[in-house]
Amino acid sequence: MITLSQMLTLSVILFALSVAGIFLNRKNVILLLMCVELLLLAANFNFIAFSRFLGDINGQVFVFFVLTVAAAESAIGLAILVVLFRERRSINVEDLNTLRG
Amino acid sequence: MLVEMLFYLFGTVLVLAALGVIASRNPVYSALALVLCFVTSAAIWLLVEAEFLAVVLVLVYVGAVMVLFLFVVMMLDINLEELRKGFTRFAWLGWLTALAVIVEIVGVIWVRGIGVDVTRSPTPTAADYSNTLELGRVLYTRYAYPFELAAILLLVAIVAAISLTMRRRPGLKVQDISSQVSVRAQDRVRIVRMQAEKRE
Repeated sequence: MITLSQMLTLSVILFALSVAGIFLNRKNVILLLMCVELLLLAANFNFIAFSRFLGDINGQVFVFFVLTVAAAESAIGLAILVVLFRERRSINVEDLNTLRG
Repeated sequence: MLVEMLFYLFGTVLVLAALGVIASRNPVYSALALVLCFVTSAAIWLLVEAEFLAVVLVLVYVGAVMVLFLFVVMMLDINLEELRKGFTRFAWLGWLTALAVIVEIVGVIWVRGIGVDVTRSPTPTAADYSNTLELGRVLYTRYAYPFELAAILLLVAIVAAISLTMRRRPGLKVQDISSQVSVRAQDRVRIVRMQAEKRE
C-alpha cells in the first residue's frame, strides 16, 4: 500500500517544480497561470494525503473548495489575459508598466 | 504491491509531465502536459481512495479549465521568441528556491515530526464504503454555508469573465432585436401623394 511519506514526497516534488517554473517562465503570463494551477494541485495532494491517512473527511471537503476557487481564478485570469492582449498585443510581463508614473 | 507499482508509474509520469509544463517551448505543449498532469493526479487520487475528487478533477479541470486554457493559447498570437528570451537567466534562482522549499518541507515532516507516523499505510476502507456519500454528508450539513458561498463565487467569476471579455466593435453588422421589434410602419413606409405622369 501507499504510505503517507510517498504521497508527501510526490507533492513536494510537484510543488518545487512549479515554483521553479514560475522563475523560468517569468515573462509569459499564461505559463505563470499554469504554474499556479500546478502549485494548487500539489497543495491538494497534501490535503488528500492527510485526509486519507488520518481518517478525516474534512480535508477532502477543503480540496473541493480549493478546486472551486482555482477554477474561478483561472477563468478570471484568462479573461484578464485576453483583455490585456487586446490592448497591448503582447502578454509579456515586462510590458505591464502602465501604472508606472 | 500492484497499488505501489501503479503509484510509482503514475508518479513518474506526473513528474515528467510537470517538467514538460515548465520547460516546453510551445505554450500549447505546456497546456497538453498540464492535462496529462491532471489525469495522472486523478489516477493517484483514485489509488488513495478519494474517488469523488478524482472524478471531479477530470471533469472540471481536464474538461473545462484546460479547454479554456487551450482556447486562449490558440487564440492569442504570441511572439514566442520574445518570451523565451532570457529563459535560463534566473534558472539558478528558480532551482535554488525549489531546493529551499524541498528542504523546508522535508525538515518540517521528517526532522521536526508532525505527530503522525509517515511510514504508515492507511487502513483500507470497507467494500461498501462510499467516498461520495461521506463527502456529501459533510458538505451539505456542516459545510452548507461555505458550499453556497462557493456557488456565489463561481457565479461572480462567470459574470466577471464575460463582462471583461465582451466588447462592442463599431461598424459591426449585427441585429439589434429591440429596435427591430419596436419599429413602426410610418418609420419605414412614406406615402407620397403625387400627380400621375403622362406617357410620352
